[in-house]
Amino acid sequence: MSRARKVLIFGGIALAAFGMLYGLYYAVFVEHQTLDQMGGSLAAAFVDAAQRNMPESHMALDAYASTKYDYVRQVDVHSHWIGLAMLMIVMGAAFDRLGFGQRIQLAIAWGLLTGSVLFPLGVILQTVGHGSAFASAAAILGSGLVIIALAVTAVGFVRERTASQ
Amino acid sequence: MRAQRLLVFGGIALIAGGMLFGDIFAVFVLHQNGGETGAALLAATKAVAAQNPAAVKETFARIGGLLEDRGTKVDTHVHMADAGYLALLLALVQPYVAFSPGRKKFLAKLFLVGGVLLPIGIFLIHYVGLAYSPSSVIGWASILADSAGALMIVALFGEAWGLLNYFRSRPAVESELPQDRSWESRVLLSGGTVLVLLGFLYGAWYAGVNLYEQEAREAKIFSTMLDSAVANSSAAAESVNAYGMLAAEKAVEIAAHSHIIEFGLLAILLSFIQPYVFLRDVWKRRWVMLLLAGSVILPIFVLLELRFGLIAGGIADIGGVMVIVALVGMLVGILRYSGSLDVRAGGLS
Repeated sequence: MSRARKVLIFGGIALAAFGMLYGLYYAVFVEHQTLDQMGGSLAAAFVDAAQRNMPESHMALDAYASTKYDYVRQVDVHSHWIGLAMLMIVMGAAFDRLGFGQRIQLAIAWGLLTGSVLFPLGVILQTVGHGSAFASAAAILGSGLVIIALAVTAVGFVRERTASQ
Repeated sequence: MRAQRLLVFGGIALIAGGMLFGDIFAVFVLHQNGGETGAALLAATKAVAAQNPAAVKETFARIGGLLEDRGTKVDTHVHMADAGYLALLLALVQPYVAFSPGRKKFLAKLFLVGGVLLPIGIFLIHYVGLAYSPSSVIGWASILADSAGALMIVALFGEAWGLLNYFRSRPAVESELPQDRSWESRVLLSGGTVLVLLGFLYGAWYAGVNLYEQEAREAKIFSTMLDSAVANSSAAAESVNAYGMLAAEKAVEIAAHSHIIEFGLLAILLSFIQPYVFLRDVWKRRWVMLLLAGSVILPIFVLLELRFGLIAGGIADIGGVMVIVALVGMLVGILRYSGSLDVRAGGLS
């Protein structure tokens, strides 16, 4: 097994296990409480409005928006880590069919692994500081790396196909 | 049946089951649920106008139930299909898992049992609720789902341990999947990679252009909805409509992104198991073309639902059915392959 395939398969399995552990922790300790908080804030906004307490109502709406901002990203992190991990393992199985040399294959593999870790990490860091430029930059850099690595992989498969014809 | 074939067979069955559930959900639950949620939200704005906090609370309890109903069904669909993808992945790495055939089969069964129980547990969450639960937050169905998830994690760690064993001791590798360079395999591999790439590009565009704008729009809609309700204005109903449209917009954009990537991944995975599909070449090609066509039709027409309504939704559902039919066709081929091996081994004599 080539080094590139090892990076992809081991990195992918580790990332999938980590993503699932995160999902389990999130489902047991965070999700239900977050959903309660989100639903509670929105209901409170309407109840306050019914009682004509508009400042409190708008504060509750802000709390709802803030909780939902976190919730969307927390769920996205879980699904993206596992999804990207699966893609890495699949690519690991197919990499010997890529029409590139070992060095380029290894560079693509590291690009995929780095991007797959960095992109969801940047997304979850956005929940620590809303609108954090560092977190957004990490997410953009990570997703960019994954897209470039995947585009090069697609070219590699086409080259393999051309070579075999 | 060896661990590898068990995972291939179980994986495709889980994916087909998850997709069938998704199609049934899209046709019979999704739109009806959205309509009921909109009606409940409208009732909440009327309760606000009538200065009736008790009615607001009652309505929100109903909205919570509707959202849980929808959310658990989406999660059932996603987790069942994803467990299938993971099973197919594990099938690919089986030759490098350095355990005895019996232990490998045990791990495969453990993973598949978890993969079946997890979506069942998620599906039941809405119906079981907190009945007889020892916790005030998590019900028995959640406990079932979480336990099934834990089973899958244990199986995954077991597989990783087997892989580590292989790289430590380098034992003789049992037969790998045949290196297939057939037309079907190549079309699935390159077509799948292109689908995944398109999904990533669309996801990046969505995150950059739509995500923050939609979050801001939602906050503004709710703010306007409450202010209008307090003023007893008809604008409250317009805000409820705007919220419904926004929810639909988000749902179709996220569904298009996730489905095109998942279908791409599925196509790549299926490219590896083509040697196991024991059918005539012409049928293998038909299933490949049907799968790829459905994989393109579903996400595109899901996106077009906002513009063309239920007609586009219906075509998207047909796309889903095309993928399911192709999967079942390949599954039949794998069954025929298993049968042929059994006959050769004298298993049926």
